[in-house]
Amino acid sequence: MNLLKELHRGLIKENAVFVLLLGMCPTLAVTGSAMNGLGMGLASTAVLLGSNMVISLIKNLIPDKVRIPVFIVIIASFVTIIDLIMAAYTPDLHEELGIFIPLIVVNCVILGRAEAFASKNSFLASLVDGFVMGLGFTFALTLLGSVREILGAGSLFNWKFVSEDATTILLFILQPGAFIALGFLIAFVNKLTKKKIQGGE
Amino acid sequence: MASKKKLASTFPNMVIVLTVVALTSALALSLTNISTLKARQMVEVKRTLEALKEVLPEFNNDPSIEKYSVENFAEMEFYPAKKGGQPVGTAIKTYSDKGFSERIWLMVGFDEGNKVHNISVLKQRETPGLGTKIKEPKFRNQFAGKDPASFTLKVKKDGGDVDAITAATISSRAFCDAVSKAYRALSGGKR
Repeated sequence: MNLLKELHRGLIKENAVFVLLLGMCPTLAVTGSAMNGLGMGLASTAVLLGSNMVISLIKNLIPDKVRIPVFIVIIASFVTIIDLIMAAYTPDLHEELGIFIPLIVVNCVILGRAEAFASKNSFLASLVDGFVMGLGFTFALTLLGSVREILGAGSLFNWKFVSEDATTILLFILQPGAFIALGFLIAFVNKLTKKKIQGGE
Repeated sequence: MASKKKLASTFPNMVIVLTVVALTSALALSLTNISTLKARQMVEVKRTLEALKEVLPEFNNDPSIEKYSVENFAEMEFYPAKKGGQPVGTAIKTYSDKGFSERIWLMVGFDEGNKVHNISVLKQRETPGLGTKIKEPKFRNQFAGKDPASFTLKVKKDGGDVDAITAATISSRAFCDAVSKAYRALSGGKR
Protein backbone atom coordinates (compact mmCIF):
# COMPACT_ATOMS: atom_id res chain seq x y z
CA MET A 1 0.00 0.00 0.00
CA ASN A 2 1.32 3.38 -1.01
CA LEU A 3 0.59 5.93 1.67
CA LEU A 4 1.09 8.90 -0.64
CA LYS A 5 -1.32 7.46 -3.14
CA GLU A 6 -3.82 6.84 -0.36
CA LEU A 7 -3.43 10.42 0.85
CA HIS A 8 -4.09 11.70 -2.64
CA ARG A 9 -7.17 9.48 -2.77
CA GLY A 10 -8.60 10.79 0.51
CA LEU A 11 -7.73 14.43 -0.01
CA ILE A 12 -8.51 14.91 -3.68
CA LYS A 13 -9.54 11.96 -5.82
CA GLU A 14 -12.24 10.58 -3.52
CA ASN A 15 -12.63 13.55 -1.21
CA ALA A 16 -15.72 12.90 0.90
CA VAL A 17 -17.08 16.41 0.49
CA PHE A 18 -15.88 17.68 -2.89
CA VAL A 19 -16.12 14.47 -4.89
CA LEU A 20 -18.36 11.96 -3.08
CA LEU A 21 -20.63 14.72 -1.74
CA LEU A 22 -21.13 12.91 1.56
CA GLY A 23 -21.66 14.45 4.98
CA MET A 24 -23.31 17.57 3.60
CA CYS A 25 -25.20 18.39 6.81
CA PRO A 26 -22.17 19.26 9.00
CA THR A 27 -20.36 20.58 5.94
CA LEU A 28 -22.97 23.25 5.36
CA ALA A 29 -23.99 23.87 8.94
CA VAL A 30 -20.85 24.37 10.99
CA THR A 31 -18.37 25.92 8.56
CA GLY A 32 -19.11 29.52 9.49
CA SER A 33 -15.50 29.85 10.61
CA ALA A 34 -12.24 28.04 9.90
CA MET A 35 -11.90 26.95 13.52
CA ASN A 36 -15.36 25.35 13.57
CA GLY A 37 -14.65 23.54 10.31
CA LEU A 38 -11.36 22.22 11.66
CA GLY A 39 -12.91 21.14 14.97
CA MET A 40 -15.80 19.36 13.28
CA GLY A 41 -13.41 17.68 10.83
CA LEU A 42 -11.12 16.42 13.59
CA ALA A 43 -14.03 15.15 15.70
CA SER A 44 -15.41 13.25 12.70
CA THR A 45 -11.95 11.90 11.89
CA ALA A 46 -11.57 10.53 15.42
CA VAL A 47 -14.93 8.77 15.15
CA LEU A 48 -14.11 7.46 11.68
CA LEU A 49 -10.75 6.08 12.83
CA GLY A 50 -12.34 4.34 15.81
CA SER A 51 -15.27 2.86 13.93
CA ASN A 52 -13.16 1.73 10.97
CA MET A 53 -10.69 -0.03 13.30
CA VAL A 54 -13.30 -1.81 15.41
CA ILE A 55 -15.47 -2.82 12.47
CA SER A 56 -12.54 -4.21 10.48
CA LEU A 57 -11.50 -6.24 13.52
CA ILE A 58 -14.88 -7.85 14.16
CA LYS A 59 -16.14 -7.95 10.57
CA ASN A 60 -16.23 -11.76 10.46
CA LEU A 61 -18.27 -11.94 13.66
CA ILE A 62 -21.08 -9.74 12.43
CA PRO A 63 -23.97 -11.62 10.79
CA ASP A 64 -24.86 -9.87 7.54
CA LYS A 65 -28.49 -9.22 8.40
CA VAL A 66 -27.68 -7.16 11.50
CA ARG A 67 -24.56 -5.43 10.22
CA ILE A 68 -26.13 -1.96 9.94
CA PRO A 69 -27.47 -1.91 13.55
CA VAL A 70 -24.09 -3.15 14.77
CA PHE A 71 -22.25 -0.45 12.79
CA ILE A 72 -24.58 2.23 14.13
CA VAL A 73 -24.13 1.13 17.74
CA ILE A 74 -20.34 1.19 17.34
CA ILE A 75 -20.36 4.58 15.60
CA ALA A 76 -22.81 6.08 18.12
CA SER A 77 -20.62 4.90 21.00
CA PHE A 78 -17.55 6.57 19.53
CA VAL A 79 -19.51 9.77 18.88
CA THR A 80 -20.75 9.88 22.47
CA ILE A 81 -17.23 9.26 23.77
CA ILE A 82 -15.87 12.13 21.64
CA ASP A 83 -18.80 14.30 22.71
CA LEU A 84 -18.03 13.72 26.40
CA ILE A 85 -14.31 14.28 25.96
CA MET A 86 -14.86 17.52 24.06
CA ALA A 87 -17.34 18.76 26.67
CA ALA A 88 -14.68 18.18 29.31
CA TYR A 89 -11.53 19.45 27.60
CA THR A 90 -12.56 21.78 24.76
CA PRO A 91 -15.76 23.30 26.20
CA ASP A 92 -15.80 26.39 23.97
CA LEU A 93 -15.53 24.47 20.72
CA HIS A 94 -18.01 21.91 22.07
CA GLU A 95 -20.53 24.66 22.72
CA GLU A 96 -20.01 26.23 19.32
CA LEU A 97 -20.52 22.95 17.42
CA GLY A 98 -23.48 22.08 19.64
CA ILE A 99 -25.97 19.57 18.24
CA PHE A 100 -23.71 18.76 15.29
CA ILE A 101 -21.39 16.63 17.39
CA PRO A 102 -24.11 14.09 18.36
CA LEU A 103 -25.22 14.26 14.72
CA ILE A 104 -21.87 12.82 13.58
CA VAL A 105 -23.68 9.49 14.14
CA VAL A 106 -25.70 10.04 10.99
CA ASN A 107 -22.81 11.40 8.95
CA CYS A 108 -22.85 9.24 5.84
CA VAL A 109 -19.08 9.50 5.45
CA ILE A 110 -18.65 7.31 8.53
CA LEU A 111 -21.37 4.73 7.88
CA GLY A 112 -20.35 4.80 4.22
CA ARG A 113 -16.73 3.88 5.02
CA ALA A 114 -17.86 1.19 7.45
CA GLU A 115 -20.09 -0.43 4.86
CA ALA A 116 -17.95 0.10 1.77
CA PHE A 117 -14.48 -0.36 3.20
CA ALA A 118 -13.95 -1.48 6.80
CA SER A 119 -16.36 -4.44 6.58
CA LYS A 120 -14.37 -5.86 3.65
CA ASN A 121 -10.76 -4.94 4.35
CA SER A 122 -7.99 -5.67 6.83
CA PHE A 123 -7.38 -3.77 10.05
CA LEU A 124 -4.39 -1.86 8.71
CA ALA A 125 -6.06 -0.92 5.42
CA SER A 126 -9.13 0.30 7.31
CA LEU A 127 -6.98 2.34 9.67
CA VAL A 128 -5.28 4.05 6.74
CA ASP A 129 -8.62 4.52 4.99
CA GLY A 130 -10.15 6.13 8.09
CA PHE A 131 -7.14 8.39 8.40
CA VAL A 132 -7.05 9.62 4.81
CA MET A 133 -10.82 9.97 4.43
CA GLY A 134 -11.00 11.82 7.74
CA LEU A 135 -8.14 14.05 6.69
CA GLY A 136 -9.93 14.78 3.41
CA PHE A 137 -13.12 15.64 5.28
CA THR A 138 -11.21 17.89 7.70
CA PHE A 139 -9.37 19.56 4.82
CA ALA A 140 -12.64 20.27 2.99
CA LEU A 141 -14.40 21.64 6.07
CA THR A 142 -11.46 23.83 7.06
CA LEU A 143 -11.13 25.16 3.51
CA LEU A 144 -14.83 25.94 3.30
CA GLY A 145 -14.77 27.52 6.78
CA SER A 146 -11.75 29.64 5.82
CA VAL A 147 -13.35 30.92 2.63
CA ARG A 148 -16.56 31.81 4.46
CA GLU A 149 -14.75 33.42 7.36
CA ILE A 150 -12.43 35.48 5.12
CA LEU A 151 -15.28 36.77 2.96
CA GLY A 152 -17.93 37.02 5.65
CA ALA A 153 -16.06 38.23 8.71
CA GLY A 154 -12.74 39.50 7.35
CA SER A 155 -10.78 37.17 9.58
CA LEU A 156 -9.09 33.78 9.56
CA PHE A 157 -8.92 31.49 12.61
CA ASN A 158 -10.27 34.47 14.59
CA TRP A 159 -7.37 36.64 13.45
CA LYS A 160 -8.95 39.78 12.05
CA PHE A 161 -7.20 41.43 9.13
CA VAL A 162 -9.69 44.18 8.33
CA SER A 163 -10.57 47.08 10.59
CA GLU A 164 -13.27 46.66 13.23
CA ASP A 165 -15.81 48.74 11.29
CA ALA A 166 -15.10 47.39 7.81
CA THR A 167 -18.06 46.06 5.86
CA THR A 168 -17.76 42.37 5.06
CA ILE A 169 -19.96 40.11 2.94
CA LEU A 170 -22.20 38.90 5.77
CA LEU A 171 -24.03 36.56 3.41
CA PHE A 172 -21.09 34.18 3.51
CA ILE A 173 -21.39 33.64 7.24
CA LEU A 174 -25.09 32.93 6.91
CA GLN A 175 -26.53 29.72 5.51
CA PRO A 176 -26.84 30.75 1.83
CA GLY A 177 -23.12 31.54 1.86
CA ALA A 178 -22.39 27.91 2.69
CA PHE A 179 -24.13 26.70 -0.46
CA ILE A 180 -22.52 29.36 -2.65
CA ALA A 181 -19.01 28.79 -1.32
CA LEU A 182 -19.36 25.00 -1.50
CA GLY A 183 -20.62 25.21 -5.08
CA PHE A 184 -17.64 27.27 -6.16
CA LEU A 185 -15.19 25.04 -4.32
CA ILE A 186 -16.60 21.89 -5.95
CA ALA A 187 -16.41 23.54 -9.36
CA PHE A 188 -12.82 24.52 -8.65
CA VAL A 189 -11.83 21.02 -7.54
CA ASN A 190 -13.50 19.54 -10.60
CA LYS A 191 -11.63 21.95 -12.84
CA LEU A 192 -8.36 20.86 -11.23
CA THR A 193 -8.92 17.13 -11.31
CA LYS A 194 -11.24 16.19 -14.12
CA LYS A 195 -10.27 16.20 -17.76
CA LYS A 196 -12.67 17.80 -20.16
CA ILE A 197 -15.34 15.39 -21.31
CA GLN A 198 -14.85 14.80 -25.00
CA GLY A 199 -17.72 15.87 -27.20
CA GLY A 200 -19.33 17.94 -24.46
CA GLU A 201 -21.56 15.21 -23.09
CA MET B 1 -7.34 -15.99 11.21
CA ALA B 2 -8.66 -19.51 11.02
CA SER B 3 -11.65 -18.82 8.85
CA LYS B 4 -12.57 -15.99 6.52
CA LYS B 5 -16.21 -17.01 6.58
CA LYS B 6 -18.73 -14.67 8.10
CA LEU B 7 -20.92 -15.73 10.98
CA ALA B 8 -24.22 -16.93 9.50
CA SER B 9 -27.33 -14.81 10.00
CA THR B 10 -29.14 -17.29 12.21
CA PHE B 11 -31.45 -15.98 14.92
CA PRO B 12 -29.28 -16.96 17.92
CA ASN B 13 -26.17 -15.52 16.24
CA MET B 14 -27.85 -12.19 15.62
CA VAL B 15 -29.21 -11.95 19.17
CA ILE B 16 -25.87 -12.83 20.72
CA VAL B 17 -23.84 -10.44 18.54
CA LEU B 18 -26.19 -7.51 19.07
CA THR B 19 -26.28 -8.11 22.82
CA VAL B 20 -22.52 -8.36 23.12
CA VAL B 21 -21.97 -5.24 21.00
CA ALA B 22 -24.54 -3.26 22.99
CA LEU B 23 -23.09 -4.37 26.32
CA THR B 24 -19.54 -3.55 25.28
CA SER B 25 -20.51 -0.10 24.09
CA ALA B 26 -22.49 0.53 27.28
CA LEU B 27 -19.42 -0.37 29.29
CA ALA B 28 -17.18 1.90 27.20
CA LEU B 29 -19.64 4.76 27.54
CA SER B 30 -20.04 4.49 31.29
CA LEU B 31 -16.25 4.38 31.72
CA THR B 32 -15.86 7.54 29.62
CA ASN B 33 -18.72 9.19 31.47
CA ILE B 34 -17.16 8.51 34.85
CA SER B 35 -13.66 9.55 33.84
CA THR B 36 -14.75 12.88 32.29
CA LEU B 37 -17.44 13.75 34.84
CA LYS B 38 -15.21 15.81 37.08
CA ALA B 39 -13.66 17.80 34.23
CA ARG B 40 -17.09 18.52 32.77
CA GLN B 41 -18.41 19.81 36.08
CA MET B 42 -15.32 21.94 36.58
CA VAL B 43 -15.93 23.70 33.26
CA GLU B 44 -19.18 25.22 34.54
CA VAL B 45 -17.69 26.16 37.91
CA LYS B 46 -14.62 27.72 36.31
CA ARG B 47 -16.72 29.72 33.87
CA THR B 48 -18.89 31.10 36.67
CA LEU B 49 -15.84 32.03 38.72
CA GLU B 50 -14.12 33.80 35.84
CA ALA B 51 -17.31 35.66 34.99
CA LEU B 52 -17.74 36.78 38.61
CA LYS B 53 -14.19 38.12 38.74
CA GLU B 54 -14.77 40.01 35.52
CA VAL B 55 -18.11 41.63 36.33
CA LEU B 56 -17.84 42.49 40.03
CA PRO B 57 -15.80 45.15 41.81
CA GLU B 58 -12.88 43.70 43.77
CA PHE B 59 -14.08 41.24 46.41
CA ASN B 60 -12.57 38.72 48.81
CA ASN B 61 -15.45 36.45 49.75
CA ASP B 62 -16.66 33.48 47.69
CA PRO B 63 -19.88 34.65 46.01
CA SER B 64 -20.57 31.21 44.57
CA ILE B 65 -20.96 29.77 48.08
CA GLU B 66 -23.28 32.57 49.19
CA LYS B 67 -25.35 32.37 46.02
CA TYR B 68 -29.12 32.56 46.45
CA SER B 69 -32.29 32.69 44.39
CA VAL B 70 -35.50 34.63 44.82
CA GLU B 71 -38.99 33.29 44.29
CA ASN B 72 -40.14 35.76 41.65
CA PHE B 73 -36.95 35.34 39.65
CA ALA B 74 -36.50 31.63 40.16
CA GLU B 75 -34.25 31.02 37.16
CA MET B 76 -31.75 33.72 38.07
CA GLU B 77 -28.93 33.39 40.52
CA PHE B 78 -27.68 36.13 42.83
CA TYR B 79 -24.01 36.27 43.79
CA PRO B 80 -23.29 38.73 46.62
CA ALA B 81 -19.74 40.14 46.64
CA LYS B 82 -18.14 41.36 49.84
CA LYS B 83 -14.83 42.86 50.75
CA GLY B 84 -13.78 42.61 54.38
CA GLY B 85 -17.38 41.68 55.25
CA GLN B 86 -18.79 44.81 53.62
CA PRO B 87 -21.03 44.29 50.57
CA VAL B 88 -19.50 45.75 47.42
CA GLY B 89 -21.93 44.53 44.78
CA THR B 90 -24.09 41.76 43.40
CA ALA B 91 -23.70 39.69 40.28
CA ILE B 92 -26.83 38.25 38.72
CA LYS B 93 -26.93 35.33 36.34
CA THR B 94 -29.62 36.30 33.90
CA TYR B 95 -30.99 35.15 30.56
CA SER B 96 -33.02 36.11 27.54
CA ASP B 97 -35.08 34.03 25.16
CA LYS B 98 -35.22 36.78 22.55
CA GLY B 99 -31.93 35.83 20.92
CA PHE B 100 -31.47 34.43 17.45
CA SER B 101 -31.06 30.85 18.60
CA GLU B 102 -31.48 29.35 22.04
CA ARG B 103 -31.34 31.10 25.38
CA ILE B 104 -28.57 33.61 26.03
CA TRP B 105 -27.04 33.54 29.54
CA LEU B 106 -25.27 36.59 30.94
CA MET B 107 -23.58 37.45 34.20
CA VAL B 108 -24.32 41.07 35.08
CA GLY B 109 -22.40 42.71 37.91
CA PHE B 110 -23.88 45.65 39.82
CA ASP B 111 -22.07 47.79 42.37
CA GLU B 112 -23.72 48.92 45.58
CA GLY B 113 -25.14 52.00 43.84
CA ASN B 114 -27.04 49.64 41.50
CA LYS B 115 -24.90 50.76 38.59
CA VAL B 116 -23.74 48.17 36.08
CA HIS B 117 -20.12 47.33 36.81
CA ASN B 118 -19.46 44.93 33.97
CA ILE B 119 -21.18 42.19 31.96
CA SER B 120 -19.96 38.81 30.77
CA VAL B 121 -21.55 36.38 28.34
CA LEU B 122 -21.83 32.90 29.87
CA LYS B 123 -23.56 31.02 27.10
CA GLN B 124 -24.85 31.91 23.66
CA ARG B 125 -25.52 30.23 20.33
CA GLU B 126 -25.84 33.32 18.13
CA THR B 127 -24.65 33.44 14.53
CA PRO B 128 -20.83 33.27 14.45
CA GLY B 129 -19.38 36.55 13.25
CA LEU B 130 -22.63 38.45 13.78
CA GLY B 131 -24.52 37.87 17.01
CA THR B 132 -21.42 36.48 18.69
CA LYS B 133 -20.11 40.05 18.75
CA ILE B 134 -22.10 40.54 21.97
CA LYS B 135 -19.09 38.85 23.56
CA GLU B 136 -16.70 41.56 22.39
CA PRO B 137 -15.68 44.29 24.85
CA LYS B 138 -16.53 46.96 22.28
CA PHE B 139 -20.21 46.17 22.72
CA ARG B 140 -20.25 45.17 26.38
CA ASN B 141 -18.23 48.16 27.61
CA GLN B 142 -20.92 50.68 26.77
CA PHE B 143 -22.89 49.35 29.77
CA ALA B 144 -20.09 49.76 32.30
CA GLY B 145 -20.77 52.42 34.92
CA LYS B 146 -24.28 53.07 33.65
CA ASP B 147 -27.26 53.35 35.98
CA PRO B 148 -30.21 51.56 34.33
CA ALA B 149 -32.53 54.06 36.08
CA SER B 150 -31.31 56.74 33.67
CA PHE B 151 -29.71 54.65 30.90
CA THR B 152 -32.54 53.06 28.95
CA LEU B 153 -31.71 49.41 28.29
CA LYS B 154 -32.99 49.30 24.74
CA VAL B 155 -31.25 49.62 21.40
CA LYS B 156 -31.42 53.06 19.77
CA LYS B 157 -33.81 51.76 17.12
CA ASP B 158 -36.31 51.05 19.90
CA GLY B 159 -35.79 54.42 21.54
CA GLY B 160 -33.14 53.35 24.04
CA ASP B 161 -29.53 54.31 24.70
CA VAL B 162 -27.71 51.18 23.52
CA ASP B 163 -25.66 51.10 20.33
CA ALA B 164 -26.72 47.89 18.61
CA ILE B 165 -24.25 45.70 16.73
CA THR B 166 -24.46 46.23 12.98
CA ALA B 167 -26.52 43.45 11.37
CA ALA B 168 -27.18 41.85 14.76
CA THR B 169 -30.06 43.87 16.17
CA ILE B 170 -31.83 40.76 17.44
CA SER B 171 -28.83 39.64 19.49
CA SER B 172 -28.33 43.20 20.78
CA ARG B 173 -31.99 43.36 21.82
CA ALA B 174 -31.73 40.02 23.60
CA PHE B 175 -28.63 41.23 25.43
CA CYS B 176 -30.52 44.36 26.59
CA ASP B 177 -33.49 42.22 27.57
CA ALA B 178 -31.30 40.02 29.77
CA VAL B 179 -29.61 43.02 31.41
CA SER B 180 -32.90 44.76 32.18
CA LYS B 181 -34.25 41.49 33.62
CA ALA B 182 -31.24 41.45 35.91
CA TYR B 183 -31.87 45.06 36.91
CA ARG B 184 -35.54 44.33 37.71
CA ALA B 185 -34.48 41.32 39.73
CA LEU B 186 -31.91 43.43 41.57
CA SER B 187 -34.43 46.10 42.56
CA GLY B 188 -37.09 43.54 43.39
CA GLY B 189 -35.19 40.66 44.86
CA LYS B 190 -31.99 41.78 46.55
CA ARG B 191 -31.57 40.65 50.12
